[in-house]
Amino acid sequence: MSSREPARNMSIIVTKGTLDWAYPPFILATTAAAMGLDVTMFFTFYGLGLLKKDLDLQISTLGNPAMAMPMMGMHVVMPNIISAIPGVDAMASSMMKSLIKKKGVASIEELRQAAVESDVNMIACQMTMDLFEFKKEDLIDGLTIGGAATYIETATKCDINLYI
Amino acid sequence: MADQVLDAKGLNCPLPILRTKKAIKEMNVGDVLTVHATDPGAVKDFEAFCRTTGNELLESSSTGDEYHFRIKRKQ
Repeated sequence: MSSREPARNMSIIVTKGTLDWAYPPFILATTAAAMGLDVTMFFTFYGLGLLKKDLDLQISTLGNPAMAMPMMGMHVVMPNIISAIPGVDAMASSMMKSLIKKKGVASIEELRQAAVESDVNMIACQMTMDLFEFKKEDLIDGLTIGGAATYIETATKCDINLYI
Repeated sequence: MADQVLDAKGLNCPLPILRTKKAIKEMNVGDVLTVHATDPGAVKDFEAFCRTTGNELLESSSTGDEYHFRIKRKQ
């Protein structure tokens, strides 16, 4: 550990909206806030869906080539090709949700609520709202609606900027 | 508010830290929070949490599968 001043600000660009990809940004944002940092999250493209009032997040087995689910004492790898089978993503999603519960991992709803309570600044991308036809009332309250410049201004003041 | 005890057993990262932060916020400077956890990652995480926030980790110990921390609110 160096002796330089610890970081006081962090930003995260959130670009992905599946159940598994929702975890890293919310875990890091809430933990950083708990450790006293000012945190900003910029939700853009598929990440914007994580701000919907009602979340029903799913995982996609497609494009997750290293995904291995614990099953009957071993790890079962999900080949990409099986995501073409109807119901596979739903099955994988419900498996993951039951693992989350069993292992004492927080739900995304819980982490998002913790982020709101710890004053994490959340920016919803205006362009993505237009592109995917999201209305302000579809999203949770307390958001800043803004664009790239809004995020960049924040990023220039942050010691840590992450892209997830 | 005086010294408090937080049961974080069965919770996984980052919940023990988030609950700890919430509890400390309600306490007075100088009060001590005792945390019981089962997440093995909590050992490193509580050290890092205390170093970064300036709170004092008075004790970090384990009995069997349980980890115990005593944290003094400093500021």
